[in-house]
Amino acid sequence: MEAVIKVNDISHSFGKETVLKDIQLSVGKGEVFGLLGPSGSGKTTLVKIIVGILKPISGNAVVLEKTMPSLKQMKHIGFMAQSDALYSELSGRENLDFFASVYGLSKAERQQRIREVLEVLGLSDDIDKPVDKFSGGMKRRVSLAAALLHKPEILILDEPTVGIDPVLRKSIWEELNALKDEGTTIILTTHVMDEAEKCDQLALLRNGHVIAQGTPHSLKKDINAATIEEAFLHYGGVGQ
Amino acid sequence: MKVMAIIKRILHQFRRDKRSMALMIVAPLFILTLMWLVLDGDSYSPDIAVVDIPEPIIEILEGQEAEIHVMAMEEAEKALKDEELDAMLTWDEAGFKVLLEGSDPNANSAVQKVLQQTMKESSDKPVPQTKVEFLHGSENLNLFDNVGPVLIGFFVFFFVFIVGGVSFLRERTQGTLERLLATPLKRWEIVTGYLGGFGVFTVIQSIIIAAFSIYVLNIYMTGEFWYVMLITFLLAMAALSLGTLLSAYANNEFQMMQFIPLVIVPQVFFSGIFNLDTMQPWLRAIGKVMPLTYGGEALRDIMIRGEGIHGFLDEVYILIGFSVLFILLNILALKRHRKL
Repeated sequence: MEAVIKVNDISHSFGKETVLKDIQLSVGKGEVFGLLGPSGSGKTTLVKIIVGILKPISGNAVVLEKTMPSLKQMKHIGFMAQSDALYSELSGRENLDFFASVYGLSKAERQQRIREVLEVLGLSDDIDKPVDKFSGGMKRRVSLAAALLHKPEILILDEPTVGIDPVLRKSIWEELNALKDEGTTIILTTHVMDEAEKCDQLALLRNGHVIAQGTPHSLKKDINAATIEEAFLHYGGVGQ
Repeated sequence: MKVMAIIKRILHQFRRDKRSMALMIVAPLFILTLMWLVLDGDSYSPDIAVVDIPEPIIEILEGQEAEIHVMAMEEAEKALKDEELDAMLTWDEAGFKVLLEGSDPNANSAVQKVLQQTMKESSDKPVPQTKVEFLHGSENLNLFDNVGPVLIGFFVFFFVFIVGGVSFLRERTQGTLERLLATPLKRWEIVTGYLGGFGVFTVIQSIIIAAFSIYVLNIYMTGEFWYVMLITFLLAMAALSLGTLLSAYANNEFQMMQFIPLVIVPQVFFSGIFNLDTMQPWLRAIGKVMPLTYGGEALRDIMIRGEGIHGFLDEVYILIGFSVLFILLNILALKRHRKL
């Protein structure tokens, strides 16, 4: 399969603290790729490097055959950060309109895309309220909506379902799978083990190392584990 | 254009955040009014006790701007101690003797002025009259007229610095800066967007503050109104670019406030609100690195001296220079968050 994102030997550190060590990954087109690991394992740092916000100390990330960071490639990436990153005084719609115009969408395009995205995410009702009146789940969805506006080929989501109720989580996953079917490549980070099962490919991260990589099925099968959690413990133990 | 998107967003935010808007407009007006009430009073008329003074002299004294109280020695001494009087005037063969209360320099000089005038009027010989004319200002120019132009500049600077710095800081703490840096926005587009958004707002702010001072508080003004606008706008831009730059070095709103004693307060002392001519030259040089020094000087040139653009062109260039420097440093500082 054609690799849309390649991570080559990335190591990164903040000051003396090493956050990522020799990370190698390859993400194929239309895959849902999960980065699974506890907090502090380096998921967010890795994601920021792929998005192009951070430049690794050694190694590189290649997105659509171009080394990051590259402003040109950023157009093809939709990013949803761990924090909701919305302007709390503005209404949901104004937030979306702003992010859409940052990507250079025309007024007509913006209106159309906002309508589409709101419909898909079931947000149409309260979108004109100011964001600081929104519930946590609402903010999360608006934040996801903001990442989808410019129809990115690659979607990078940092803990997209954290703090979201199960019904909503299910609908977000349905949406992600629909995007996947349209050919969107999705990278997401999570620390929820059962959520990891839904990914096509998984990389298990611990203390800045990839301790295992593969499909959820093969990760479990190789060691006769019943759950991903068991697999994580097993590979983590080997790593020590 | 992407810069326009940021400008539009900032104006939207202002419209929603009525309190910040009020801080930038109402607060300067309020404080300027207070300053005006304090500084724009009539000249002080001192309370002077006269003890055993010849009647003709008392008559002349009473013609001056002072409250004259005829008292006995003991009574006057007590009143002076109780701070009810500013001075006590006695008479013996050698001439007048004045005892000043002495704790208020304003009252001291008012008393001395009264006495000088009395001496002049009481002497029989005709004193050659000195005709006083003013190159700038007039004899009615009071303290508020003198410091007012600098104060206008100061309040514009102060409030734009705070509001601009904190908004940019919040952009970082709420994660939206990172979110913006994950888009194809260039760093300079973010910085210029900010300047643009606040720029529109500071123009309005400048008009209101300047118009209020000139037409409501009746501050002395002989120059062109739009020159005042130009300088306050340039000061606001310098304040905004400095505020956003320094916000990169603050982790929260409280740390942003800590820049006030470091950056804002020294400007009060060195920018010319107080006369610095008697200060050591090297100390005075501190004022040379402060935007408000040039803004204040230019505003005085315009409002008191009525100068045209050539009178304060240097200050205009220096203020633009400050802004350009801060903007470039700002674009550079954003590199900490995204290398590209």
